[in-house]
Amino acid sequence: MITAEVILAAGEGANPLIPNWWEILVTAVSFAVLLIVVKKFIAPAFEKSYTDRVEAIEGGIEKAEEAQAEANALLEQYKAQLMDARTEANGIREAARSEGANILADLKAKAAEESARITAQAQVQIEAERVAAVNSLRNEVGTLATSLAGKIVGEALDDDARSNRVVERFLTDLENQANAGATK
Amino acid sequence: MTAFALPMASNDGGFVPPTISDTHLPDIFPWMAEYGTGFGKQMVMIILSVILIVWFFKAAIRHPKLVPGRVQFFAEGFYSFARNTVGRDIMGEKNFRPWVPLLFSVFLFVLLNNIFGAIPFLQLPSFSHAGSAYAIALIIYFTWIGVGVQKHGIRYFKLAVVPTGVPGWILPLLIPLEIISNFIVRPLTHSLRLMATMLAGHMIVVLAGSGAQYLIMEQDNILLNATGVAVIAGSVAMYALELLIMVLQAFVFTLLTAIYIQGSLEADAH
Repeated sequence: MITAEVILAAGEGANPLIPNWWEILVTAVSFAVLLIVVKKFIAPAFEKSYTDRVEAIEGGIEKAEEAQAEANALLEQYKAQLMDARTEANGIREAARSEGANILADLKAKAAEESARITAQAQVQIEAERVAAVNSLRNEVGTLATSLAGKIVGEALDDDARSNRVVERFLTDLENQANAGATK
Repeated sequence: MTAFALPMASNDGGFVPPTISDTHLPDIFPWMAEYGTGFGKQMVMIILSVILIVWFFKAAIRHPKLVPGRVQFFAEGFYSFARNTVGRDIMGEKNFRPWVPLLFSVFLFVLLNNIFGAIPFLQLPSFSHAGSAYAIALIIYFTWIGVGVQKHGIRYFKLAVVPTGVPGWILPLLIPLEIISNFIVRPLTHSLRLMATMLAGHMIVVLAGSGAQYLIMEQDNILLNATGVAVIAGSVAMYALELLIMVLQAFVFTLLTAIYIQGSLEADAH
């Protein structure tokens, strides 16, 4: 429904393809100015901000990686140290245990020796005392028995030979009894 | 919208549709001189765009922070878009660095001047005027030819127009086609694509404005007044579409710039 009249009317007037020379000039000069300013000031500033940021981010990552590596190294070191300490502790414990066992064995041996020595000494003493007792008994009992028997039978026993025989028999009997008691 | 607003109006005989000339406001210096004879609104806006871009981006990066604030983040978004999305992805890791300032300037310059068309009172996309589009497309045209010659010497023109890997008998046909497509059509499409989309958007705004004004102010019929309100409502949707096209065209223009320069740098590769 757009009539030819309307289209023609629109076609009238200026031809849109024919430029205004002043506009060409102004546009070209303005664009040149813009380009120079962008090239000299704006683009470098943006590029710098961009590279700064890239550096900051990459530097940050690098730093983090360094810290991580350091931490790992420390961890390894601590682990190794811990292992060493553990081995050492085990060694010390082993040594202590064997030393203790040695000490115990020593003490046991010493105690046994001591007891054996004491026992032996006691036996020697007992034997000596027994021998002394027997000797003293032999003398005293002989005298006592002789005098007793003399009192009982009077002079009958003045005959030495006979009395000696009697005493010897008596003592032998006594000894046999004592021996029987010891072996019992 | 035109089909909606115009038929009744033209039937009525009172509505005069706006023309290209209506978008050419009188010049500012000398005051109210005829368009094209002096310094006009469009030129003010071109200069304003340069001032705004330089001011904003210098302020945003004056004290750069490792963790960017809101303004710096916003500015870096534009920069990294021109640098990485356009520059690095099109031109490759090896070549893109020296071209980042150019791509950034082209992108922001075109983008902001397009956006001017969506800002009330400014309301004029600078590149809807062919002169500006020609100017910036020509700068880029000479740039990529210069890059080619600098990199490959005079042999560049042979590389650019003689395709490799085709049978010899077809070359007489292909070489003129390549010359036309690379050296004549390319700068024209580069500039006119931008100019035409911006002009169309601008004309729609002008048309919707004058149509709504005519329907509401100059008609007595209440129903016609209501259609004028509908025109305004429809123009909001067109406004959103225009905004999309403004950003898209700035991106396309920058992308093509990168592709042309890349083509010159690697002219011997294909």
